[in-house]
Amino acid sequence: MDIIIILLDWIPYLFLGLLQTLGLVLASLAVGLIFGLPMALGQIYGNRLIKSVISVYVWFFRGLPVIVLLFLFFFGIFPSLNMSSVPPFVVAVVVLGLRGAAYQSQIFRGAIQSISEGQMTAARSLGMTRFQAIRHVILPQALRIALPGWSNEYPTVLTDTAICYAIGVQELLTRATYMVAQTYITMPIYLAIAGVYILLNYAGMKALNMLEKKTSIPGFGQGAL
Amino acid sequence: MDTFVFLTTILLPALFDGLIVTLELIATAAPFGLLAGIGVAVGRTYGSRWISLPLRGYVAFIKGCPLLLLLFILYFGLPSIGIRLSPFLASVIGFIFCNSAYNSEYIRGALLSVKEGQMIAAQALGMSRWQSIRYIILPQALRRAIPGMTNEFIYLIKYSSLAFMITAVELTGAGKLVATKYFLFNETFVVIAIVYLFLVTVTTVAANMLEKKFAVPT
Repeated sequence: MDIIIILLDWIPYLFLGLLQTLGLVLASLAVGLIFGLPMALGQIYGNRLIKSVISVYVWFFRGLPVIVLLFLFFFGIFPSLNMSSVPPFVVAVVVLGLRGAAYQSQIFRGAIQSISEGQMTAARSLGMTRFQAIRHVILPQALRIALPGWSNEYPTVLTDTAICYAIGVQELLTRATYMVAQTYITMPIYLAIAGVYILLNYAGMKALNMLEKKTSIPGFGQGAL
Repeated sequence: MDTFVFLTTILLPALFDGLIVTLELIATAAPFGLLAGIGVAVGRTYGSRWISLPLRGYVAFIKGCPLLLLLFILYFGLPSIGIRLSPFLASVIGFIFCNSAYNSEYIRGALLSVKEGQMIAAQALGMSRWQSIRYIILPQALRRAIPGMTNEFIYLIKYSSLAFMITAVELTGAGKLVATKYFLFNETFVVIAIVYLFLVTVTTVAANMLEKKFAVPT
């Protein structure tokens, strides 16, 4: 029973970690979206230079372990730019966000390319500019098609946030480790934290599935394609 | 210190030792991850409820729990119930869990993609259920699962770096220790990045060749 009382005492401390974890997930997904979508467009509609720069970017960020990127940015790049006072949380968002952009750009690219080219030609023949055609014809469909693939980014980013422990972001796993060191209770804490991650994973996927249902085009779902 | 001297006399030898550990981690974990993945997938697809339900729970747990937390459980958690693992062994076991869970998802998808009629036909020819799975279904399914499994292998290369967090000094760890000692972070991590990019790129090329070689002719 002692264990339960100790664990209850620590709940506010862990809850702050939970908030940091959620903040990391949301901020990284947002950064990934903001950079990933233009990158996908650039990779499809850009000139050769833009295409190759984006390809190298994607190759770089998809080829490296999160922990190496975190170390490189936290100990290397940020201090070199005289920004060693930037908190680890921000570095983590930058790293997970830039990395997410590389993955997300490929999800969006696949979705955009799955829309037949005839639609672009048709839109242009109706007098739309290239940009208008992308904005009003291609993207509204492509984003819906991309959503299931995009949803899979959520569990990946969620589990990746735990790696930010390596640079001392005060998220859930870091706080759990500190708690273990203070209380000498190991297994119950770790398993409880694992349960929290699994719950977050499940809840997030449920929410994203609802979004998929809500935004799906009638008669144009996965079965119809 | 001169960067060139640092690179050749200190960094590269240390990274080489680390790289050996990384390759050992991958080489030990990958075969078991593949075999366990096949077992989990077959159990989930063809097993009774008492087999498939626990396996489903296993996959859900591994996929939902961050790998780093899993490694902490294996390395820091298990001693509290009397099981002590070396950092290397704990890492390998963690990687096998993770690798097998994700592989099983790809293989399960491939198993389900083989038409049910084939199982019925095989059994009509007098094969047992197990024989049909072994000689008819799996050889086709595994080929279809190759793209997913090679992808997972590339992930394994990358997440092998997490072993450092439980003190197994592999490539990332060896570099981190040198970088901290000599305070040369940019140089060190750029070199480490090059090594990982090399490993991942070579594997990607090899994976594409493997896919072509084992593709079912249409």
